[in-house]
Amino acid sequence: MKNCENIIEIKNVSKSFGEKCILNNVSISVKQGEFLTLLGPSGCGKTTLLRMIAGFGSPDSGEILINGTDITDMPPHERPVNTVFQRYALFPHLDVYENIAFGLKLQKVPEAEIDKRVRKVLKMVSMTDYEDRDVESLSGGQQQRVAIARAIVNQPKVLLLDEPLSALDLKMRKDMQIELKEMHRKLGITFIYVTHDQEEALTLSDTIVVLDDGNIRQIGTPTDIYNEPQNAFVADFIGESNILNGKMIKDRLVEFAGHEFECVDEGFGDNVDVDVVVRPEDIYITNKIESAQFSAKVKSCTFKGVHYEMFVDTDKGYELMIQDYNSFEPESEVGLIIRPADIQVMHKERSMNTFEGEMVSEDSVRFLGAEWKCEPQSGLETGDKVKVEVNFSKVDLIDHPEDGNIEGEVYFLLYKGDHYHLTVRTEHREYIWVDTNDIWDKGDLVGVNIAAKDIKIIKCND
Amino acid sequence: MTKRSTWALPYAIFLVLFVALPLLLIMFYAFRDGSGHFTFANFTKFFTDKDAIETFALSLEVAIENTAICILLGYPAAWILANKKLNRSAVTIVLFIMPMWINALMRTLATAELFHMLGFQLGKGTLIVGMVYDYLPFMIYPIYNILEKMDKSYAEAASDLGATPWQVFWKVQVPLSMPGVVSGIMMVFMPTVSTFAISEFLTNNKIKLFGTIIQENINSGMWNYGAALSLVMLIIIGITSLLQDDKKELNEGRV
Repeated sequence: MKNCENIIEIKNVSKSFGEKCILNNVSISVKQGEFLTLLGPSGCGKTTLLRMIAGFGSPDSGEILINGTDITDMPPHERPVNTVFQRYALFPHLDVYENIAFGLKLQKVPEAEIDKRVRKVLKMVSMTDYEDRDVESLSGGQQQRVAIARAIVNQPKVLLLDEPLSALDLKMRKDMQIELKEMHRKLGITFIYVTHDQEEALTLSDTIVVLDDGNIRQIGTPTDIYNEPQNAFVADFIGESNILNGKMIKDRLVEFAGHEFECVDEGFGDNVDVDVVVRPEDIYITNKIESAQFSAKVKSCTFKGVHYEMFVDTDKGYELMIQDYNSFEPESEVGLIIRPADIQVMHKERSMNTFEGEMVSEDSVRFLGAEWKCEPQSGLETGDKVKVEVNFSKVDLIDHPEDGNIEGEVYFLLYKGDHYHLTVRTEHREYIWVDTNDIWDKGDLVGVNIAAKDIKIIKCND
Repeated sequence: MTKRSTWALPYAIFLVLFVALPLLLIMFYAFRDGSGHFTFANFTKFFTDKDAIETFALSLEVAIENTAICILLGYPAAWILANKKLNRSAVTIVLFIMPMWINALMRTLATAELFHMLGFQLGKGTLIVGMVYDYLPFMIYPIYNILEKMDKSYAEAASDLGATPWQVFWKVQVPLSMPGVVSGIMMVFMPTVSTFAISEFLTNNKIKLFGTIIQENINSGMWNYGAALSLVMLIIIGITSLLQDDKKELNEGRV
């Protein structure tokens, strides 16, 4: 038996709706008995992927295997998976018992066996006395339990859960998380869980797949994802974090926020630009400035229940978020210490914008679906393919989209201590990265301009 | 009387004048003889008149047949219209509903003329065909409405649980669309029980329906007997709509 360990294999799956790319070459392996979570913001493609595993919608390319069998074109009713739907989708014309027995009756399981199994799962979801109830008379939490019972009673190889707890209130959600985890342990079947709630993902999962705009950003255990995010998106999406530009001076020594710090990372090379992540709870804050690594001034201090959340301005002008059990008065001078093991260094995904372009005339170039004025180029013919480079800080964003050379939407923003690093998505779903001190919100529509002198053109050698 | 409740006054007057009063008049006439004395004779006359009972039975039969055929033809039509894969255009829906815009009598006259032209013998067959033609849109529309609004996650949940497309249809979509079928029945059955013009045109008055008898009695001055017959019909319609109301409550609680 090949791959007997991997119950589900998703291989190079891509999907577009019209021009919109929902999933871009996604590959995931799910082990037998694993609790795997697809985590990402709304619109990242996680639900589309789950629905493909269930059989609702097929990929444009790539394949999905269960137990080594290609099920890409298998209709949903033949697949050995069951789904817990986001809004439960309990049949309103059937009572609780009939809802749960629905799948078993279709399989022509004998009545006595159905009865036994339905009672068993009812007990499992603590709904024993509700079998004759009308499903619409149940509370959200109870409907959720019935939906889970209806799926697990069929003993699927894989249970798919599409944001099953999103309609419940906080307290109920916490309780159900514990119950789900317990259920997963008892049943021993594979769970694939979709959520946008990072805390839920960290609590429940064996493995988390972080998705963003149809791309996998990281796959790992909850501790890996939290402690060692591989990129700024993951670091920002999972938990609170301070993400700063840094420079790896040499092995085990990194510079950021205007200071040099010892760290535990090696192999980046010398003087390499990196992103640095420090979790707010990993910055030690003290009144003893002389014994600290660097000093800062407290800007604000908010009580959050377990801890205080403080924003400080460092001596070199960076803003950091700090969480501590002690509170420090605003305006007070404090000392800060960051331990080597608490510094997470990440490769920069890019240090500037690069686009593929084509010369339109001597002093204009076409990229991102528009023509841009550039400095007159010598040695390049019209129609030549070129590479275009633009520094993050040289891209101008303007309020009125129609005033820009192209229009875009602020898709993602990252505060880097002293400036914002924005991801702007164009109408054609291409990206421009922008460093700016102006404040934009996610979803803002902007115009994008780049001055001719800031467009660097490199001839392609092919 | 508060200010707001005075707004209801015109409606109250309307109800009294055009609903309650006529009903009372029907009751009044139904229990009087020609000279105004209280009597049950109108009812005993009906229940002992073999012809009248037969006409009454025929009316019910025609109405039931018409309703049944409308369900059999209308449900699949509504299904196809509501299915986005099979029907992408709103125009087809309008085409199905359009006959409702035209006066039923005109449609019926035209249908009769068509039968005449094609050389069909007017009779029960043409009556049923004409009635189905007249009332089919009233069956299609409510069913289409409910199918179109039905949350597709129910069908997905069923197929996820192992139901073939055929089983999804019979075990989930049909039961969930019953409220639409019930309103369709109300809109088709009730008017067909009481119709008279359609049978007159489409059978050349060969087949008399219950409505026809009432109309003839009233027209020939037999107000008391006509009123009694009307009352019998009202009770029948009342009973069916009560049954349907029960069903409706049941379904409304669930859908």
